[in-house]
Amino acid sequence: MTELFGLLQFGSEGWADELLAGTWLTIRLALATVPFGLMLGLAVALAKNSHSSVLRFVGNVFTTVFRGLPELLTLFIVYYGGQILFQKIVALFVDTYVEVSSFVAGMVALGVVFAAYASEVFLAALRAISKGQIEAARALGLSRGLTLRLVIIPQLWRYALPGIGNLWLVLLKDTSLVSVIALDDLLRQTKVAVGATKEPFFFYLAACLIYLVLSIVSSVFLVAMEKRANRGQRRVGA
Amino acid sequence: MNWDLLQRYGVQMLGGLNVTLSLVAVSVTLGALLALPVALARISDSKLLRGVSFSYVYFFRGTPLLAQTFLVYYGAGQFRAELEAVGLWWLFREAYLCAILTFTLNTAAYQAEILRGAIQAVPIGQSEAAAALGLKGWTTLRKIILPQAFVIALRPLGNEVILMIKGSAIASVITVYDLMGTTRLAFSRSFDFEVYLWAAVLYLVVVEVLRRVWDRLEIRITRHMRPATART
Repeated sequence: MTELFGLLQFGSEGWADELLAGTWLTIRLALATVPFGLMLGLAVALAKNSHSSVLRFVGNVFTTVFRGLPELLTLFIVYYGGQILFQKIVALFVDTYVEVSSFVAGMVALGVVFAAYASEVFLAALRAISKGQIEAARALGLSRGLTLRLVIIPQLWRYALPGIGNLWLVLLKDTSLVSVIALDDLLRQTKVAVGATKEPFFFYLAACLIYLVLSIVSSVFLVAMEKRANRGQRRVGA
Repeated sequence: MNWDLLQRYGVQMLGGLNVTLSLVAVSVTLGALLALPVALARISDSKLLRGVSFSYVYFFRGTPLLAQTFLVYYGAGQFRAELEAVGLWWLFREAYLCAILTFTLNTAAYQAEILRGAIQAVPIGQSEAAAALGLKGWTTLRKIILPQAFVIALRPLGNEVILMIKGSAIASVITVYDLMGTTRLAFSRSFDFEVYLWAAVLYLVVVEVLRRVWDRLEIRITRHMRPATART
């Protein structure tokens, strides 16, 4: 047993620094995905809520497709398809070979999936904001952009935060899929450690526990963020 | 549309779709059987049962399915001698069975939470009335609580089945030739990106069909709750 834990030392003896490096990449990937996913999700939600039937259609198709496809397939489509598309665009100008970074491919793939789910959360939140708020903003002479920024989004955030928090926890777990496209995240580093030590059970269990810790830490942050978003609000049961 | 490619890999991919469907059907069914005792343990009076079931659910919901699959598939190889001694090695030798085992344990954790929520959402008056009628605990559960909880749980359970269809693609990483696995094989041989788009269409069709079936199921199962005039 002590030998096993010796494998978790830092330095050349153990695998702690490799696992930590992988964990750090997992965190960076998840953090990089969120702003992209949130903005795209909000845009899709606004499209689905708009008066234009074309925009509504586009928004609904986006949601249906990226909520229906396996995340792994989306990742492959973005990774290989993005590679082909990018190569074709570059070939128009210069004759060279380009490679799409697997980090960016992972970020885009996880981002569109996040956005598809987030758009539904935002849509429900948009509908929870009372019409009077928007009418009052108009009566005060605020422009549409200012209404969105000063009146709608702060309230939207409050309603959407619990749903978005759940999506963050899902995203953290989904980042593990990028190990399949050769990105050195936590799970891939674990695989490397397993290959060298022949201790699959111990290392995969360790990886699972690291993911669990990330989830627990996230939950603590999310509770704090919800508290902050709801400051000054009175609630049932609070 | 590349017809030549379709001719070469089409049948193989449909076979893969079949594997995906069986993988999901078996895991979800076995998961449902396991979910009920776990859900009941989650709300039982025993501290031990609550603790064990909570840890189980927390572990499987808090870690990636891919990591769980690796843990079972590669981790089991380490205990080959022990598993052979108790006659369970056949279960861990086959990638397909490993996938079934992992998916079952995973979906059972999610389904247990759905069931627990649904059971707790049944008004307390229902079990009080059952007690007043002199029904035993088990009878109350079987005849009064669970039928009502099932109606509440139906929609989230449908979502869980859809998540499982999507999640099952992970089996391809441990060499199971499901729809995703056959697609990856076809791509690695032909280098034609189109195969991924076919797979995407197939997955979308499966999810859409399931969604519609579930809508029908919900209408059917809640028909006693609608006013008579609404029926046509």
